[in-house]
Amino acid sequence: MATLAEYKGQRPAWCPGCGNFAILTAFNKAVVGLGWEPWQFTIVSGIGQAGKFPHYTRCNTFNGLHGRTLPVATAIRLANHDMHVAAFAGDGDCYGEGGNHFLAAIRRNVNVKLFVHDNQVYGLTKGQPSPTSLPGMRTPVTPAGVTEQDFNPVSAAIAMGCGFVARGYAADTDQLTELIKAAFQYRGFSLVDIFQPCVSFNKLNTYEWYKQRCYPLQDGYDPADFDAAFARSREFGDRIPTGILYRKESETYEERQPVLAGRAPLVKRVGNPSGLDETVREFA
Amino acid sequence: MDYTIKIGGAAGQGIQTIGFTLSKVFSRYGYDLFSYQDYESRVRGGHNFYQIRFADSQVWCPREPVDILVALDAETIRRHSDELTESGFAIYDSEDLKETYRGKEYIDVPFRRIALEQGGSKIMANTAACGAVLGMLGMKVELLEDVLASTLKHKETLDSNVAVARAGYDYGKDNCPECAFRPAGKAAARMTIEGNEAIAFSAIASGCKFYSAYPMTPSTGILVFMAGHAERHGIVVEQAEDETSAINMALGASFAGVRAMTGTSGGGFALMVEGLSLAGMTETPVVIVLAQRPGPATGFPTRTEQSDLLFGLFAGHGEFPRVVFAPGTPEQAFKLVNKAFDITEKYQVPVIILSDQHLADSAWSLDGIDLDHFKYSDYRLRGEAFAGLAEYKRHAFTDSGVSPLAVPGEGPHVVVTDSDEHDEEGHIVEDAETRVRMVDKRYFKKLAHVKIEIEPPELYGAEDPEVVLVGWGSNYGVMREAVDNLAANSRIGMMHFSELCPFPEAGRAKFMGILENARMAICIENNASGRFASLMRMETGFKFERSIHKYDGRPFTLEGLLEEINGHLSGVQRTKTGVVPGVR
Repeated sequence: MATLAEYKGQRPAWCPGCGNFAILTAFNKAVVGLGWEPWQFTIVSGIGQAGKFPHYTRCNTFNGLHGRTLPVATAIRLANHDMHVAAFAGDGDCYGEGGNHFLAAIRRNVNVKLFVHDNQVYGLTKGQPSPTSLPGMRTPVTPAGVTEQDFNPVSAAIAMGCGFVARGYAADTDQLTELIKAAFQYRGFSLVDIFQPCVSFNKLNTYEWYKQRCYPLQDGYDPADFDAAFARSREFGDRIPTGILYRKESETYEERQPVLAGRAPLVKRVGNPSGLDETVREFA
Repeated sequence: MDYTIKIGGAAGQGIQTIGFTLSKVFSRYGYDLFSYQDYESRVRGGHNFYQIRFADSQVWCPREPVDILVALDAETIRRHSDELTESGFAIYDSEDLKETYRGKEYIDVPFRRIALEQGGSKIMANTAACGAVLGMLGMKVELLEDVLASTLKHKETLDSNVAVARAGYDYGKDNCPECAFRPAGKAAARMTIEGNEAIAFSAIASGCKFYSAYPMTPSTGILVFMAGHAERHGIVVEQAEDETSAINMALGASFAGVRAMTGTSGGGFALMVEGLSLAGMTETPVVIVLAQRPGPATGFPTRTEQSDLLFGLFAGHGEFPRVVFAPGTPEQAFKLVNKAFDITEKYQVPVIILSDQHLADSAWSLDGIDLDHFKYSDYRLRGEAFAGLAEYKRHAFTDSGVSPLAVPGEGPHVVVTDSDEHDEEGHIVEDAETRVRMVDKRYFKKLAHVKIEIEPPELYGAEDPEVVLVGWGSNYGVMREAVDNLAANSRIGMMHFSELCPFPEAGRAKFMGILENARMAICIENNASGRFASLMRMETGFKFERSIHKYDGRPFTLEGLLEEINGHLSGVQRTKTGVVPGVR
C-alpha cells in the first residue's frame, strides 16, 4: 500500500497561502485512501496554476495545453480503460479556453474525473477575469468591473445530465478528500468544482468571502433528485452549498462502445491487426 | 483501347453510385482504371460529374475526350456534349429530362420506365443506366450483377435491381449498333480503391488503434472508412467536437500506448497547429492527414489544390522536427502511411500525410494488396521490459536523442511529460542548461536520424533527360502519362517527390545533377504561387525557370498538361513566367 510519503512530488511554485496547497493535501490523502500506487493513475492538466498540479504529487502525467485537458484525458481512458484518469484544470482553462470540450465530455460520459480549481480569476497571467468572475469585479482589464454574467459550472453540468456533480472548498480539506474519493469511486464522468482562493489576485472572493457563504449539504439532502439538485446548484449568493449536488449512474461510453465493452483495453490489443484479408476483399 | 465515360447530373441523383458501380465492373473485368469526381459543396442540385477512364494499358489520370456521356440532367448535355469524341454517344432519358436531342450521337434510353416496369420503382433508374452503358459496350451483364450482389444485401432489392440492369443492358445493346468499342478478352479481375481508402487501409494495416477527427471534406472518407472497420480491427474511432480536440485525443491515446492518427483539411489543420507543436514538445507519436483543398478560408470545399505544402511544413510554434509525405497514388499511400507510423513511433516526431481532394476521391484499379509490405515494429516499452527497469525517465538524454517511450501503468514507474520545457523526468524546468540539452536532443539529434530514413524522388522516363517534369503528390499520374506521351519526340523524364520533409539528402547529387544538366526543368503544381518551387530553392538553391500552375480547383487533365508542356517546348509560353491563368 502506498503511503503519503510516496506522493511527495516536486516543490510547488505556488504563492504562499494559495488554496491549491489544500487541494494537493486532500488529493494525496484521497489516493492513499483508495490504495493506489502513483503509477496506477494518470493526471492530465492544462495551463495555469492548476496545470502544475500533477508535478507536485506523483503520478503518470500529461501536462498539455491550455484548455485541452479533457480531450487528452478522454483518449487516454479510451486507449486504456483499466487506467484511472483525472483531469486538473483551472476555471479559465476548463470553462473558457476548453468550453467546448467540457460540453462534449459530459455528453460522452467517459470515466474521467474532472477537478476544476475555481478561483474566479486568472492567476498565472496575473489577475484578469475568468468565466466564473462575478459581475462588477474590477481587474486590470475590466477597470469598470466585469460586464459578463458569471458561468455557473455546476448548474450547467447538472442541466446537461452530468452524473456526478460536486462542489468543494479548499479550506474544508476533510470534505474535499471525501469528494475526491467519491468522484473516483463513481462510474462515469464526474465534475468536482473546487473553490480555491487566490491570495494574490482575487481580492473579492477571499477565504473570508467563501467562509461566510459555504455550507456543507446535510445528510437529508438527496443527490439523486434532479430538480432539487438543479435548484440547489443555482444557490450562489449569501449561501453556497458544498458537497455532492447530483449523483446518478448511467451507462458509460466505455460500456456502450462496442470495441471496448467487456473487452481488454486497447493498449493490451496492439500489434498487427487481424481480419485484414476480409477488408482487402471488399476492394475486389 | 482507352475509353472515357462521364456521368453528369445534379447532386442527389446518384452519380456517385453509377460511377462507383461501373468502376468496379471495369476493374473486375481486368481493365486498368482511373476515376475521379467533380462535385459541388451541396447535397442537392448543382452540377456534378464522375468520370471513368479505363484501358487495356495502365492509366493514371483524367483525359478530356468523352466516349460515353451519361446525362442525368439537361445541364450535363449543355456543358459536356462538346467533349464527345467523333464516335462518342450521349445517353439520356427524354422523359426525365423533358428534352429530346437531335443528332446520331444522342441516344434516348427510358431509364425511368425500365426501372418502373422491371423493378417497380423509378429509384432504380441508375441501375438501368449502368446496364445500358455495358450493353452499348458489348460487355457482359453478369459482372454488373456480381457488383450489385456485393453492395445490395437485401434479396428483394437485389432481385429487382438485377432485373432492371438486364433490361437496361438489352436496351443499350439493341439501340447502339454503331458503338466503336470492342471489349478485350477478359483479364484477371482487379480491385478498385480510392485514395482515402488507401490511406485508411494502410493506417489499419500499420496497427492504428485510435482515430479521432472532425468531418471536413476531403478528409471525411478516412473517418467513414475507419469507423466502418473499427469493430473488425479493434479500433476506437471518435468524432471529436472540433479539430483541437481531435489532435489532442490522438495525442492522449498515443501517450497511453496505442498508435493514433487524426485527419482533416486546411481549415481544420489550422486549429490543430497548437497540437502539432505539443506533439513536438512532448515527443508523442502521431500521424496527421492533411487533405488539401483550395483556400484561403473555406475556399473551394469540394475541389483540389496543392497549396498547403508550406503550411504543413512550417506549421507549429517553436522548433521541432517533423516529417511530411505526399503520396500520389494508392501504392504510395500504402507505403508512406505505413512508413509514417514507423517513423513517428521510432523517433517520436509527428508525421503529416499531405493528400488532396484529387487523391482522396479518385479511384484506381489495383492488382491486389500485399499485406507483407506493411511493416510493424513495436518501439514502445511495455510489460516486463518496462516493469523490470530500476528507474525510468520519459525524456532521458540518449546518444540518438530518442528516449524510451513507456506505456503508463505497465511498470512501477511514472511516465511524465509536459508542454513546458522539462527535465529528463518530464518535470517543468526554467534553467538554461537543461533547455539547451533538450533542444539538442529533441531537435538536432533526432533530426539527424530521421533524415537518413528519407528517400529521394522517383525518376521515370529518360535516364539523362533533356526535359524534366518536376512535381509532387497527386500530380504523379498526369506527369507520368505526359512523359509517356512525349517520349517519342523528346528525351523527357519525370522527377516526383513524395517524401518532402526533411528534404531528401539521399541521392541528392544524382537528382540535382539531372536538374542542372537538363535543358529545361518545368515545375508542375496545382497551386498559384509554386510552393514546391519555393521549397526547392530554399533547400537546394535551385531556381525553376519554368513552371506550370493550375489553381482553378480542378486537377490537371492529360490534354491540358500536354498543351502547357508543348507551349514550353515550342518556345510559345502563355506568359513570361509560364503561369497558366486560372480557369480554362
